[in-house]
Amino acid sequence: MDNSYRAGGPGRLPMRAKFATTVGGAAAKVSRLAGRDGSVISGIVGLRLEPELLSMLAQGRHIVLVTGTNGKTTTTRLITAALKTLGQEIASNSFGANMDAGLTAALSRQPDAQLAVLETDEKYIPATIRATQPKVVVLLNLSRDQMDRAAEIWLLARRWREALENAPGTRVVANADDPLVAWAASGASEVTWVAAGQAWREDSWCCPHCGSHLYREGDDWNCHECPNRRPPVSWVLAGENMIDPSGQTRPIELALPGRANRSNAVVAMAVADAFGVKVPEAMRGLVTVTSVAGRYTQVTRNGTDLRLLLAKNPAGWLEALDVMAPDVPVLLAVNAQGPDGRDTSWLWDVDYRRLRGRPVLVGGERRMDLAVRLEADDVPFRLVNDLDEAISLARSPHMEVLANYTAFQQYRAVVGRTE
Amino acid sequence: MKTLRLVWIYPDLLSTYGDRGNVLILERRARLRGIPVETVEVKSDEKVPADGSIYLMGGGEDLPQTLAARRLLADGGLHEAVRAGGVLFAVCAGYQMLGHDFGGSDGATVQGLGLLDMRSARAEPRSVGEIVADVDPALRVPRLTGFENHQGQTQLGPRARPLSRTLLGVGNGDGTEGAYQGKVLGTYLHGPALVRNPGLADLLLRWATDSELPALPPEAETLSGRLRDERLAAVSTAAAQ
Ligand SMILES: [Zn+2]
Repeated sequence: MDNSYRAGGPGRLPMRAKFATTVGGAAAKVSRLAGRDGSVISGIVGLRLEPELLSMLAQGRHIVLVTGTNGKTTTTRLITAALKTLGQEIASNSFGANMDAGLTAALSRQPDAQLAVLETDEKYIPATIRATQPKVVVLLNLSRDQMDRAAEIWLLARRWREALENAPGTRVVANADDPLVAWAASGASEVTWVAAGQAWREDSWCCPHCGSHLYREGDDWNCHECPNRRPPVSWVLAGENMIDPSGQTRPIELALPGRANRSNAVVAMAVADAFGVKVPEAMRGLVTVTSVAGRYTQVTRNGTDLRLLLAKNPAGWLEALDVMAPDVPVLLAVNAQGPDGRDTSWLWDVDYRRLRGRPVLVGGERRMDLAVRLEADDVPFRLVNDLDEAISLARSPHMEVLANYTAFQQYRAVVGRTE
Repeated sequence: MKTLRLVWIYPDLLSTYGDRGNVLILERRARLRGIPVETVEVKSDEKVPADGSIYLMGGGEDLPQTLAARRLLADGGLHEAVRAGGVLFAVCAGYQMLGHDFGGSDGATVQGLGLLDMRSARAEPRSVGEIVADVDPALRVPRLTGFENHQGQTQLGPRARPLSRTLLGVGNGDGTEGAYQGKVLGTYLHGPALVRNPGLADLLLRWATDSELPALPPEAETLSGRLRDERLAAVSTAAAQ
């Protein structure tokens, strides 16, 4: 497994693949000149010319694949920051383009990078494992996502498990506190178990192995009908602290807020350890990450400090509501365009009662769906047409903004991209 | 007044997408009319009580759907409740389970609960999108608006009646959508189907209380009315384009 870092690289790419990356790169330049994000186009063009391009580009590199329903983008950034302390170039798809074209583009953009940390869509993980033969696969969590486009999660877990059973050289870093993830990960030959916590439990009351009701007490879980139970862990998220495999407890220092990000940080630390990075060095890398593709960005607009939070599904909203400063006004915004999922049913899986007592503003193209939802939870709110109307109604020095995907992008376009 | 008892069947297996919405809407519309209401969530390792007023079943993936059907058949509590005149409302995978049989994940036919005279099979392609349907006039429920996301095709037998006729969407696959038989009612409108269809919620409440219901104060209907109008207008605009 431990190939030399110098093996591979573009010098060894077959002629056809070299041509494909060159043409693809040119297409990305044209696309950027045309004002579009060039992060995927080079991959699309390249793959059309050479379908095996991703596996050719992956050859000889040390690859980390990061997947899960929530936290992929952030964890990819945290792992990259932790591994930077190795002093090597690292390829990464830091713009969230996480299917084969995005991964191909990320690798062809940095042909000399021997390390790659790649966020990968949940559905594409099996194919990407086969194509890239990764050194490490990170499995964060698995919960209900936009049902009109995402796959069913029990089915996904089974596909992950099968793919890992056939990847003997791959180490898995997995969240032991998520029963679906743990079951999928136990198909792998080597697993580093992380007690990364699980705030959202509505998708794991039943045993993924036999379907019986799971018994859960604190973070522990086990099945009474089959041997499936929570595996013994070596890395632990314990409140604001982290416990490493030697048993040492340290505070987690992060610029990013919230439990979910502390959880992502412990996972990143476990991955860094697999590359020989010591905990204090990794920690110094993590603290440099202050916002991720606009998420957690703080901006001032019309005299109000805004913090932008992006969450796309019930588990994500649960974690985001947990991050919000107490008593600060909140703007919630929901769209239902293609990337958001066209079905807003998921709004009913979130418990909004914790918002009672603070000013709540409701925006986005599907604000009426959210309005009816809040009414059912007896949360008073006001409807707004846009960000500025929310700011003027809130009349507060601070406001939290929580939006799903395209609603977030719309607000981000208004406040201007800060990275 | 007698307390209305809502029984949510197996939320650990049958709750993939917003199914809690139906419980919340029924609770709200009962309370606004002064009807005391309590909700019981029955997990899949618990016995289904036979004394509920309205039973609710949500959606689920193939494997959980098969497991749930097997357990409900073995448990018998739901059948006892329906025989005693209990109301049953099921969406999506829960709806399919109510028939004599349905198609499981590997194409195998799975035995259903036999509470609706119908059979379901798997069909290609998957039906995903907005659905609009006009309800059987006997039920006095306004036009349905919802979202469907399923891979089933359902054929009704003579004892079950179609709930509605589709104007948009697939539903049962033959121009009808959903089914009812006595006080058992199922629909392919998935997840929180009662949110956009408070009239359907009121039908269940009428059945459960065996009485006509007073209208709600208009301000309690404003938001849901706007949401209904917006969704119906959005699909008619889309259809016109
Ligand atoms: Zn089990």
